[in-house]
Amino acid sequence: MTGAAQTMPTQGATRPGSRRFGWTWLGLTPFFIFSTLFLLIPTAYLVIGSLQDSSGNWTLQNYSDLSDPQTLNAYLTSIEISLVTAVAGGVFGLLMAYAVISGGLPGRFRSGLMTFSGVASNFAGIPLALAFIFTIGRAGFLTSILSNLGLNPYDHGFNLYTKLGLEIVYFYFQLPLMILIIAPAIDGLKKEWREAAANMGATDSQFWLHVAGPVLAPTIIGSMILLFGNAFGAQATAYQLTGGFINIVTILIGNQLTGDVLHNVGLGYALAMGMVFILAITLVAYSFLQRRSERWMR
Amino acid sequence: MTAQERSLTVAPNPAYAGTAIADEVLAPTTKTAKPPRSRWVFVWWIVFILGVLYFILPLIGTVLFSLRDRPFLNAYTSILGDPQFFASLGYSFIVGIITIILSIALMVPTAYWVRLRMPRARPIVEFVTLLPFVIPPIVLVFGLISTYSHPPLPFTYSDIGSTALLVFAYVVLSFPYMYRAVDTGLRTMDIRSLTEASQSLGAGWFRLIVDVILPNLRVALLAGAFLTLAIVIGEFTIANFLARPAFAPYLSLLGSNYPYQQAAVAVVSFALTWIAMALIAVVGRGSRNRITVTGTR
Repeated sequence: MTGAAQTMPTQGATRPGSRRFGWTWLGLTPFFIFSTLFLLIPTAYLVIGSLQDSSGNWTLQNYSDLSDPQTLNAYLTSIEISLVTAVAGGVFGLLMAYAVISGGLPGRFRSGLMTFSGVASNFAGIPLALAFIFTIGRAGFLTSILSNLGLNPYDHGFNLYTKLGLEIVYFYFQLPLMILIIAPAIDGLKKEWREAAANMGATDSQFWLHVAGPVLAPTIIGSMILLFGNAFGAQATAYQLTGGFINIVTILIGNQLTGDVLHNVGLGYALAMGMVFILAITLVAYSFLQRRSERWMR
Repeated sequence: MTAQERSLTVAPNPAYAGTAIADEVLAPTTKTAKPPRSRWVFVWWIVFILGVLYFILPLIGTVLFSLRDRPFLNAYTSILGDPQFFASLGYSFIVGIITIILSIALMVPTAYWVRLRMPRARPIVEFVTLLPFVIPPIVLVFGLISTYSHPPLPFTYSDIGSTALLVFAYVVLSFPYMYRAVDTGLRTMDIRSLTEASQSLGAGWFRLIVDVILPNLRVALLAGAFLTLAIVIGEFTIANFLARPAFAPYLSLLGSNYPYQQAAVAVVSFALTWIAMALIAVVGRGSRNRITVTGTR
């Protein structure tokens, strides 16, 4: 079948695309029309809106208004939560992946953890927030166990419905994501490198400092950047946990969308564009580090 | 054919070096660094046990909370008697199915065409399919509502229009992993020969895509379809702001009056995610987990 096609080329499939420029682009029109209508135009609408004042004149005022205490605070809190959970999830995820891959634990723990991480990285939003409310919320089962022991966390300043609580909940999708991303990199640490280092008299710490560390560093930092973006765009989890009463960017945009809480439509658009800007930086940084880390992962 | 399918599920695509999606390939452990000395094993056990406790306790907490209702299992029997439970789950399920069909109908011809005839368009198509990582659901729905809640295209004026908008938003969310899955699948088959062969036998473009390309992609597409279903059923932000009677908004609102029922529905939601992920593992022969960072958070 294949041979026949090779000896007798048909029209269309083998003709070089450049000769039928218009027609070859036409094959992509459904995709581009769809993306334009439901991704590019809505985004452009926000961009244009963010550059206009309430009577439609061009202005940069909305962007300078982002330094207002409320919006600035929302950004800072969002960034802080994303940073804390990215670093904590990154470090603990690395340790946990290393534990099951090279830590001498039974081999079946590894596939178990990987499978679970695949599922847990998709546990998010409403059910995730609820799971924590039912567990260490005021009436949660862990809270009642602890308070029976005289250790009620709510008597010691803990509160799930705050920034710290949100960080604990976000950790639940950050950790498995880190495990899934970092596992192949730990696998990529070749046995020969350790042997070569040992043959040349390197100690364990020298191996980690001069060989494994530099090889893994771009992957680890890149993964943490990905985790940062992962938490930064989250809205549903925070909404369910705090009832919308935490001042982070995604919640503020949501409140703006339902009730114009900023009393300025253009400021809402600028707020959204600020998020897009920060996420774009994380994606660029991630791709850069990903390319660097691939040099060793062959 | 089976060998081809298997290779299709493990082949990572270097062209995606900079994407927001990573592949976890369960590589053989033989090349892993030598296990450390035994005094460290203790530390790794503690790390592992702490992690497992953190993962499991919230699940146990939810199940226990749902069982506190009296009489025994009342929370579960009462959600089974709640028409809204089935209505919202059914709604999200149908939206998920339409999203999958539309996403496949859009991505398969596009990825095929890019690979066969328009390699020049690859960077721009990839750029567009990656945009959902930069434009999170809350910003996407903000843009959609701002654009389509007034003429000339007042989608949000009607229920059917709002649901259409919801489906379109979910199709956008599926871009990164769907395009990637299809493109990786196409890379492992000789689409030029397949195209020429089927055309010389008289097949048109439609028949070529449906009868030749799609069957060769079924492993990749099934994995993408189950992931889409899991994401759509759990998605809250977009459905909520479009005021759709979907599953996650239903789950979110239930708690104010029925906390035990809410816990029971959360357990059902966990179970659905598990089933979707297990199906991905089954169709992909467990060879790889697909990671996505766009979706339901």
